[in-house]
Formats: sequence, structure tokens, C-alpha cells
Amino acid sequence: MDLLSKYDDQLLDAFWATIKLTVLSAVGSLVLGTIIAAMRVSPIPVARWIGAAYVTIFRNTPLTLIIIFCSFGLFQTMGVKLAADNSSTFIVDNNFRLAVLGLSVYTAAFVCESLRSGINTVNVGQAEAGRSLGLTFAQNLRLIVLPQAFRAVIAPLGSVLIALTKNTTVASVIGVAEASLLMKKMIENEAAIFVVGGIFALGFVVLTLPTGLFFGYLSKRFEVAR
Amino acid sequence: MRFSRSVRLTIGVAAIAIVATACGGGEEKDASKSAESGKLTVGIKYDQPGLGLRNPDGTFSGFDVEVAEYVAGKLGVQPDGITFKEAPSGQRETLIQNGEVDYIVATYSITDARKEKVGFAGPYFIAGQSLLVKADNTDITGPESLNGGKRLCSVSGSTPAQKVKDTYAKDVQLQEFDTYSACVEALRNGAVDAVTTDDIILAGYAAQYPGQLKVVGEPFTTEKYGIGLAKDDKATRDKINAAITEMIADGSWEKALNETVGKSGYPIPAPPKVESY
Repeated sequence: MDLLSKYDDQLLDAFWATIKLTVLSAVGSLVLGTIIAAMRVSPIPVARWIGAAYVTIFRNTPLTLIIIFCSFGLFQTMGVKLAADNSSTFIVDNNFRLAVLGLSVYTAAFVCESLRSGINTVNVGQAEAGRSLGLTFAQNLRLIVLPQAFRAVIAPLGSVLIALTKNTTVASVIGVAEASLLMKKMIENEAAIFVVGGIFALGFVVLTLPTGLFFGYLSKRFEVAR
Repeated sequence: MRFSRSVRLTIGVAAIAIVATACGGGEEKDASKSAESGKLTVGIKYDQPGLGLRNPDGTFSGFDVEVAEYVAGKLGVQPDGITFKEAPSGQRETLIQNGEVDYIVATYSITDARKEKVGFAGPYFIAGQSLLVKADNTDITGPESLNGGKRLCSVSGSTPAQKVKDTYAKDVQLQEFDTYSACVEALRNGAVDAVTTDDIILAGYAAQYPGQLKVVGEPFTTEKYGIGLAKDDKATRDKINAAITEMIADGSWEKALNETVGKSGYPIPAPPKVESY
């Protein structure tokens, strides 16, 4: 309990950073994942091929490797900077954005695959009907298929989001000040590994449990009646 | 699919066994007793050049290793009776409390918070926080010169970088990686301007890249490295303290330092005085 009061501000800041990482990466991966899923079901062979290659590469690469590559490869070797070089918070901003980039790219592969399985649940007749009305592929996807597909995959996307929440801890390898970085600091300074571990385990349960319940509710609410 | 009774039983037993192994072994070791049987398990770092490093061929080298072997010798254990075990910073207290190691020689600073959990013999070395920069860098001379938005790297979970920001250079930018090797890599890439931690650790890295990196500035903190062991094992603690005193007195201490971190041109400091309690 002493630990909680001693670190209360820092704990809130750290978990706030975790939430920010999760939300921004969730938005990023949803957009990217939807685009990749669209590519994978598109009538253009090259697009299908790129989509399949993307999923194969990023779904099978360890996240730590992707995040480290964002820092050491993209930033340090190739000089890709995601913040103003002369800013006084360059390192913090740059690392945070690199982490969001890495998490989005990684999670997008899982979003894509969930969404694709949702697209497969939509009856072929729906797409055929859309096409016979003269809708283009993009219109068909946007107006007919995706709205139904999303409703079918709310629960799996919830699981992806929970996994993403926990995956944000990997961002600490490039020094993003989120929950697990503070955990390492507390373990080092307080010599109380189980208490500190317990605090952070509890913190993540507080974040992920409502997410799971909320997505369970949503998937019931928007279930496609067939 | 239904699991048959025997499958369920096997899974249940396996689960219990795993939990029992994970939580078990909770007895602290008595290093003197282990030494009598001719075998010791010693915790060291595996990833710090010059201090505790696991070489590609499976041997170990570094100053901490030399100290560990000398102490084992004084406890009556030959080098081939020593089993080294990796002791990452965050797990050192747990390793001792669960009796997985007899003692730990792993850049282990003696602090009051840690003394509540484990016992400390020594110190066998007094380090101080310092800065590592590229060899051709001239504008960083000490912690104050990091003002002006310089980028400073340290390892996550430790406080040295924060100390610099709070005490010496308010507008320094901090980068944290999970290993010192990553910090050193970033320093060589030019992504950070300096790396900070204890001078002897930095000297180990400077020795690894001769002519490319250098340690600058006077040490601005004091870290006493001790040998961690079971909290209430005073008998062994006294024996290890005696061994350290002897190591310093007979010149092996200075020789071990010269052969390991001394190669970087790091000036060997005066030996510490052992603090028995």
C-alpha cells in the first residue's frame, strides 16, 4: 500500500500512456487492417498478393523485433523522424510515435484476418446482388459487405484489442514511458517483485476486463439475425 | 471431444507439478554448507563486458567473475565446482530468497531497500556514475554539459539518467532502452549523445570498442558493489568479507581489474574498505 501512495502520480501517468498507445494503435490498425482486408478480397491479383504477403510477414514476426526495428532501423539507420528534430521533447515524441507505428503495423495483420473471416460470413448472394445493381467493387464492399462483416467480427476484434492493450508493454524496449517501464523501475528500486508485479497485473485487468465485457455486449447488440 | 479420465488426471497432475516447481524451492541457501559439498551456484550478469560476460564458447569472463571465483576459492571450492547462473537486475533478490543461488556478484549496489531482503558482504568495489561518449566528442565533459537538449541514454528500470536530469541538466532528453548494449549501439549510431551508468560498466563497453568510445568526467555518485547472499547468514557473510579483504591485500584485486576493465584505459580506483555488519 505504501508503494501505491508513493508512486500514485507515476502510476496514473504510466497507465495513461498505455491507454493512449492502445487507442491510437487501435485506430491505426483498424484503418490499415481494413485496407489490407479489402486488398485481400479485391479482384486485382497484385493487390491480393500484397495483402497476403503483408499478413504473412507481420503476423509471423515477433512484436519486439518490429518495435526495435522501428527505433534502430527506421529512425537511427534510415533517419526517419516522426517528430521535429529541434523540439525539446524530441526523444519522447519520436519514440511514442514509432511505437504506435510498430503496434499498428503488427496489429493490422490480425485485424485484417478477423475482418476477412467476417467477410466470408456474408452470403455470396449479397455481393452478387450488389454487383447486379451496378455497384463497383469499392461501393459493394463499403455499402453491402463490410457493414455486415464488421457486425460479425465484433467479438474477435475485442480479443485483438485486449491483446493489443497487453502488447503495448513491448514499447518499453525503446523507452516509451508506459506501464511496464515504470514496473521495471519500481522492481529495481523497491526490491519487491511480487507486490509490484501484482499492482501492474491488477492495472491491466482493470483495463482489459471492461473492454472484454463491452465488446461482448456490442457483439450481442449488433448480432446479425439469420 | 471428451477427455478420458486418465487424460484429465495427467493434465491435473502436470498443472500441479508446474505450479509447485514455479513456487517451490523457497528455502534460502546456506552458502557455507554448499561450499562444504564442493559445489556453489553463483549469480552473475551475462551481458556486461568487463564485469560479467558469457563468451560465445560458454566460458565466463569479467571482474565480477574473478571476484566470484576468488571468494569461492577461499570458501574451499575449486573453479570447476562453480555453476554460474544469470542474475538479471530485477530478479536478484528473488534468486537469493528462493535459494536458487548461493551468492550474487553482479554489479549489485548495496542499498537500504535491498538490505531488508538480502545480506551484503563487501563492498568489493566502489563505482560512481559517469558518462560514456564518442571518442571524438569534446563538448560533453560532465553532467552539467548535457544542458541544451543533449540526448542521454540509460537502461530502463534504473534511476541514473533521471538523477542527471533532476540534479545537473534540467533540459536533457532521456532515452531508455532495456539493455546497455542497445544504448551503446544508439551512441555509435549518433542517435544519443551520451550513455550514463556506473563508470566501471561504461569502461567495460569502452574496452569492447577500443578507440571509438571514452568515459568522461569525474564520477558524480557513489555506488558500493556488494556480494549478495541470504539475509541472516552472518557466518558466510564474515567469511566472504575476509576473502574480499584478502583479495585486496594480496594484489589479486588490482590484477583482476587490470586484466578486465583496465584495458579501456580506465584508471583503477583505490580499493574499498570492507564494511562488516
